[in-house]
Amino acid sequence: MIRIDHLSMSFGGVGTLHDITLEIKKGEFFTFIGPSGSGKTTLIRLIDLLEFPASGTIIFDGQDTATNEAGRLAIRRRMGMVFQKPAVLNTTVANNVAFGLRFRGLDRSVILPKVKAALELVGLQGFEDRRAVTLSGGEMQRVAIARAMVTEPEVLLLDEPTANLDPVSLELIEDLVVRIRRTFHTTVVMSTHDMIQGQRLADRIGVIMGGRLVQTGTAGEIFYQPKGREIARFVGIDPVGGGTVRENQDGHALIQFGNVCFEAMTDLPVGRKAAVCIRPEEVTLSPATDLPIKSSIRNQVPGTITRMIPYGPFVRVMVDCGFSLTSLITRRSCTELGLAVGSQVIAGIKATAIHVMPDERQ
Amino acid sequence: MSDITDGIVQAVHLIVTMDPEVMQIAALSLYISLTATIIAALIAIPLGGFIHFKNFSGKGALVIVIQTLYSVPTVVVGLVIYLLISKSGPLGFLSLLFTPQGMILGQTVLIIPIMTGLVLSALAGIDKGISDTLVALGATGWQKIVEIVKEARFAILSAVVLGFGRAIAEVGVAMMIGGNIRGETRVLTTAITLETGMGNFGFSIALGIILLTVALFVVLALNLITYGLSRDTQRIAGGPSG
Repeated sequence: MIRIDHLSMSFGGVGTLHDITLEIKKGEFFTFIGPSGSGKTTLIRLIDLLEFPASGTIIFDGQDTATNEAGRLAIRRRMGMVFQKPAVLNTTVANNVAFGLRFRGLDRSVILPKVKAALELVGLQGFEDRRAVTLSGGEMQRVAIARAMVTEPEVLLLDEPTANLDPVSLELIEDLVVRIRRTFHTTVVMSTHDMIQGQRLADRIGVIMGGRLVQTGTAGEIFYQPKGREIARFVGIDPVGGGTVRENQDGHALIQFGNVCFEAMTDLPVGRKAAVCIRPEEVTLSPATDLPIKSSIRNQVPGTITRMIPYGPFVRVMVDCGFSLTSLITRRSCTELGLAVGSQVIAGIKATAIHVMPDERQ
Repeated sequence: MSDITDGIVQAVHLIVTMDPEVMQIAALSLYISLTATIIAALIAIPLGGFIHFKNFSGKGALVIVIQTLYSVPTVVVGLVIYLLISKSGPLGFLSLLFTPQGMILGQTVLIIPIMTGLVLSALAGIDKGISDTLVALGATGWQKIVEIVKEARFAILSAVVLGFGRAIAEVGVAMMIGGNIRGETRVLTTAITLETGMGNFGFSIALGIILLTVALFVVLALNLITYGLSRDTQRIAGGPSG
């Protein structure tokens, strides 16, 4: 549906993009994730033809978008866009939703029922005559979605649609987008800095960091097999670097970190420097007094708790094992195990839960 | 103090009795300044729009020039227009000197800068997000401009009201171009100057009160028109009444 080739954009700072190449398929839910200022917004604006790229091409449904303003307008009218900060015009909700249809020169008798249907879609029926500027942030964002959807776009672009919203509105918007996609089979392209949101909603995720598309894949691939240390850190893993592959038998390897050896699955050859990514929720903790533990867990690493950070119903426990390891355990098990800063613990990690990547720093 | 109370009594008397000469002066003031305001608005709103929406070199400098011209003394405008339309001037053939038409020209020139400048501020006050939203909704360049001007309608109204205020309150142009000819080019401000000079303070105050009354009605009318317009657009774009 949208093919992006070697796209670059330069603002001299924030929002710069370098050499993005990507294809978004028809009907797909594609999400860009990345930290603030990484260029997600710029990329979405480029796709909506609100900006001109410095170089590279965007092909929309087989058509090159580098054409005259009339051609770009015609393509832009096949897309709907929802911005991070919803801007409503100082008039009624119904008028706000009607803009796209009016711009396309539709007759009032056609516009009215469409506006009504769009407001029903977003759950704002009866809001027609309300002044749009008096709505709450969540309601405004729903108006923005109704306004985009009323023109029946083939592609719906959402730039961090929930970044400024409370959790209840966020859930409402997410449900709405999922429903829209199911009902209308719209291709959805969304950007978010909330990686969990990306995982919840998207078929495929593209990670953008520093203006580069650094990894594209399913949520599983990105969350469990990040391609680099930066990506790993962004998806919530502290990568442990400085290891060396000591043995490797058919992908079943031993990787040494100081005086600790991990069993893990990797194709890296013996002698290579390696970093490992271990998702904190895959790390179990038990008091050091229980040694030795009988379990299927192959990697048992002794260490000392250095920090404990409450994380909702969980606690992030930092363990010093000669290197720093993070474990995410429930508050309850933390209490039951009697863990505290300074406690001696055994960290357990399954070999299959360890993602190995080459250590880029060598 | 008695001059002021006298003036108020006299003003009420002049208004209630509809004194023909005062009514003629007030009507001429209103006609000249309102016409100048309308012409200036018809120039300043598109001009402001053009400057706002077009990118060209020297834009910043142009805005500074416009803002500087807010301070142009009415007598300087009067002088320049005088030189242009006097018998020997380049526009002398139009015979505008000492006519209401000449005064309209002068007041129009006088208030175009301030109106343009305030239209620019009004448009700049519209969030960039609004413009992006309109473009993303598929607006053509022209549709976008129309909607943004509509969105800025109340601030643009202020620009027009202020322009009218400056026009009806000014003396310099009216005196130099009009010449304060009784029954022909005498307006409220020039009449006040004359009557004050002759020591008729009460009458002057009465004229001042009438001037403000005229201004009140014009401002009310402009506000009603603006509100009416916004209600209209709402109806056009689809209210529930069908």
